[in-house]
Amino acid sequence: MKLDSKIPAGPIQEKWTQHRFNMKLVNPANKRKFRVIVVGSGLAGGAAAATLGELGYNVDCFCFQDSARRAHSIAAQGGINAAKNYPNDGDSIWRLFYDTVKGGDYRAREANVYRLAEISNSIIDTCVAQGVPFAREYGGLLDNRSFGGAQVSRTFYARGQTGQQLLIGAYQALSRQIAKGTVTMHTRTELQDIVVVDGHARGIITRNLVTGELKRHAADAVLLCTGGYGNVFYLSTNAMGSNVTAAVKAWKKGAGFANPCFTQIHPTCIPVSSDHQSKLTLMSESLRNDGRVWVPKKAGDTRPASEIPEDERDYYLERRYPSFGNLVPRDVASRAAKERCDAGFGVGPTGLAVYLDFADAIKRLGEDAVRARYGNLFHMYQKITADNPYKVPMKIFPAVHYTMGGLWVDYELQTTVPGLFALGECNFSDHGANRLGASALMQGLADGYFVAPYTVGHYLAQHGSMDASGKVTTDHPAFAEAEAALQDRIDSLMAIQGKQSVESFHKRLGKIMWDECGMARNKAGLESAITAIQELRKEFWADVRIPGSKQGCNPEIDKAGRVADFLEFGELMCRDALMREESCGGHFREEHQTEEGEAKRDDDGFAFAGVWEYQGDDTEPTLHKEDLEFEHVKLTTRSYK
Amino acid sequence: MKLSLHVWRQAGPNDTGRMEQITATDITEDMSFLEMLDKVNEDLINEGKEPIAFDHDCREGICGMCSLMINGVAHGPESGTTTCQLHMRSFRDGDAIYIEPWRSRAFPVIRDLMVDRGSFDRVMQAGGYISVNTGNAQDANSLPIKKADADAAFDAAACIGCGACVASCPNGSAMLFVAAKVSHLGHLPQGQPERSKRVQDMVAAMDAEGFGACSNHYECEAVCPKEIPADTIARMNRDLLKASLCD
Ligand SMILES: Cc1cc2nc3c(=O)[nH]c(=O)nc-3n(C[C@H](O)[C@H](O)[C@H](O)COP(=O)(O)OP(=O)(O)OC[C@H]3O[C@@H](n4cnc5c(N)ncnc54)[C@H](O)[C@@H]3O)c2cc1C
Ligand code: SF4
Ligand code: FES
Repeated sequence: MKLDSKIPAGPIQEKWTQHRFNMKLVNPANKRKFRVIVVGSGLAGGAAAATLGELGYNVDCFCFQDSARRAHSIAAQGGINAAKNYPNDGDSIWRLFYDTVKGGDYRAREANVYRLAEISNSIIDTCVAQGVPFAREYGGLLDNRSFGGAQVSRTFYARGQTGQQLLIGAYQALSRQIAKGTVTMHTRTELQDIVVVDGHARGIITRNLVTGELKRHAADAVLLCTGGYGNVFYLSTNAMGSNVTAAVKAWKKGAGFANPCFTQIHPTCIPVSSDHQSKLTLMSESLRNDGRVWVPKKAGDTRPASEIPEDERDYYLERRYPSFGNLVPRDVASRAAKERCDAGFGVGPTGLAVYLDFADAIKRLGEDAVRARYGNLFHMYQKITADNPYKVPMKIFPAVHYTMGGLWVDYELQTTVPGLFALGECNFSDHGANRLGASALMQGLADGYFVAPYTVGHYLAQHGSMDASGKVTTDHPAFAEAEAALQDRIDSLMAIQGKQSVESFHKRLGKIMWDECGMARNKAGLESAITAIQELRKEFWADVRIPGSKQGCNPEIDKAGRVADFLEFGELMCRDALMREESCGGHFREEHQTEEGEAKRDDDGFAFAGVWEYQGDDTEPTLHKEDLEFEHVKLTTRSYK
Repeated sequence: MKLSLHVWRQAGPNDTGRMEQITATDITEDMSFLEMLDKVNEDLINEGKEPIAFDHDCREGICGMCSLMINGVAHGPESGTTTCQLHMRSFRDGDAIYIEPWRSRAFPVIRDLMVDRGSFDRVMQAGGYISVNTGNAQDANSLPIKKADADAAFDAAACIGCGACVASCPNGSAMLFVAAKVSHLGHLPQGQPERSKRVQDMVAAMDAEGFGACSNHYECEAVCPKEIPADTIARMNRDLLKASLCD
């Protein structure tokens, strides 16, 4: 496997402009002769499908939900970053670039991050033109808020539903193209395999979740925009259907998988209440703008928050990180909460929670102002916990939220399989080892609206399957082979008829991952996790029970396929975490920390993206390295003190 | 808690379907309604039976995928709440709970409690957007928008496309859903050029999909999890009237 990042030459500020000029164009009359498959209809996929449709390509777009509008981007709450510098507080493209590289703990590719910062402003313009109702000030101009890891206010938001509004914007653009006939939408349809012909991605096999039917789709290029794999932990803030299937299939077809162990554990989620819990709910990080995080100074203090006087409270983020205080980046905030709880200072019935307190903000701004900013979040919190956060502090705890790892892509967002692109959370992207708040929406839309439409065209102009050999069609033997293998897999799953439900396996995998590959990791734990996952996988294939039939609608089959893929992927994550003998961003190896418990990075040994190549089901994958060079942002110890 | 569930079971679109009694045991107050169904499904699977099929995804009240008529009320007894955000503390030990799918001509049942809401997407495709291509935009702040207008647009844009309004309407009308989109875009300057055409096209598409007419029952407003007010419909009707007069 060769990792050619294709970073264009020239000064960083001019790379993208120059590269756009250098890329080949497809003649307008030829565009409709090219078929492009876009898997996913979230911010990345929805934006890409709509834009490619506008350009005149023939697009097939897929999602597993019943409508494109329901992709999990819809759940993003807090906001989207852009370097507009509207508040005049010293922001710039350069600063957004710098903050993102630093926030990612120096494990991202500089050129990509610069491009992201550069594009950020056009995203806001485009979304406003589509009718996205961002928050505004009384003068009619756009409002900004601040987010963790930054000292400027650069986050645009639409109350606590920014993701929803941005996705509806993309969905509207997509709907317009569907009406025009440039995009064909396939809902309740799941990608099950990728078809590679002569080394190029030329199509996919899907399963219709209503009829159970398998189907072949041929195309000139395939874009995976399938989101993150946080559900490998079972409990996460992802949607129930979020999965790693597309990325795992791509990996098995030769796409390198980069930094799978880089996961983001978000500091402010509603704590787990019981074994029956099916998912975790995020409380937007924007709450840390006005909420103060604390625990009692006395371990095991069981008094209700209201009875703990001010001087017996430990505002530990403000204490440990005076300059960023409650706005330290997520990885830092999550570990600090875990540290307090592990030391016995946690609150609530399980002791696995800390307070997020709005009393000061309510005193300072009034309840109405706080309601205007966070009303829907407070409402959601109250629905779930039956506590009123206007009166008592919220209880929060870290939860799996985002995955920085993903399919390795070059500067053009192409994986190591030509013609196979990865966009949005599904690629290993621009966030290094830790993503800053409000930067995923920005990246998904940058990839979908502004990067892929150019780079895919460049690929098609050179390698679209329109050469002398003619178009690849679904009659090609590679399609029959992939479909047959898939049919076999489904038949084997159905034939097991064991005793344990799919869900129960998923829960057990999640527990292994959370315990050994979660907020803190160590060698012995990771090694034991790898063995445990291998055993669990064997048990799954021997004893899973899938009721019903493979024809028609059967959600248990859908789940079984996803869990089978998670069971393979979890092992890869642990291997990656084991390999990375350093602590950086969301990856914390207990062996590598300072005396104060801060992460200790090893730039000499690990300033690279770790890219795994699949070698077969029973063979260990091989590691390749893309060395990261930092010409513009000096590698320093990340300090938020 | 122990509950007596009466659940709609229907093997597929062509099956006639029937209510089935299922006892739910070991249910706790902090479970969400869907976690209660997860538990019931786990038990059914362990007994070698087929689990109940229902739609859901985000479980945060935002994707609009969950549905369910719970004791005859779309999304159940709590106002301003989707089924996935409903918690079992709203029920008592021993309760009987009737669970049915959305019922409407324009939402055919797929299986058990899952329905096909593709008609909503098609109505949106008829005009629920602003015709602007990526990359054509001016600087976002060159178009100031009154805060009140932006807020009103947002309130309407909060619709999650769940279909509760349709399911609860005696006529199976989609007026609230359509009005929400018309109102979202109609409150914004960017939405003005297509305002008349949009409302006409969307309403025509809604009729073509087999949604019924609105006869002011206001059941939609009562069940809408995003609390979109019924006067949004009046606003749309004014737009529609204006558009037809100008034609
Ligand atoms: C609760 C929450 C809050 C967040 N808040 C913020 C925030 O405030 N700011 C921010 O910047 N980021 C936030 N994030 C992160 C951000 O929302 C996501 O990273 C981003 O939206 C992902 O977009 P995407 O397009 O890559 O994937 P998604 O939106 O997840 O879309 C994935 C798409 O792929 C489809 N798909 C998946 N697998 C298959 C398959 N096998 N076959 C067919 N289709 C498939 C799905 O149907 C879906 O359409 C938040 C995330 C969560 C979970
Ligand atoms: S108007 Fe309300 S009830 Fe109707 S689809 Fe939208 S959110 Fe659901
Ligand atoms: S599952 Fe998403 S709104 Fe209920």
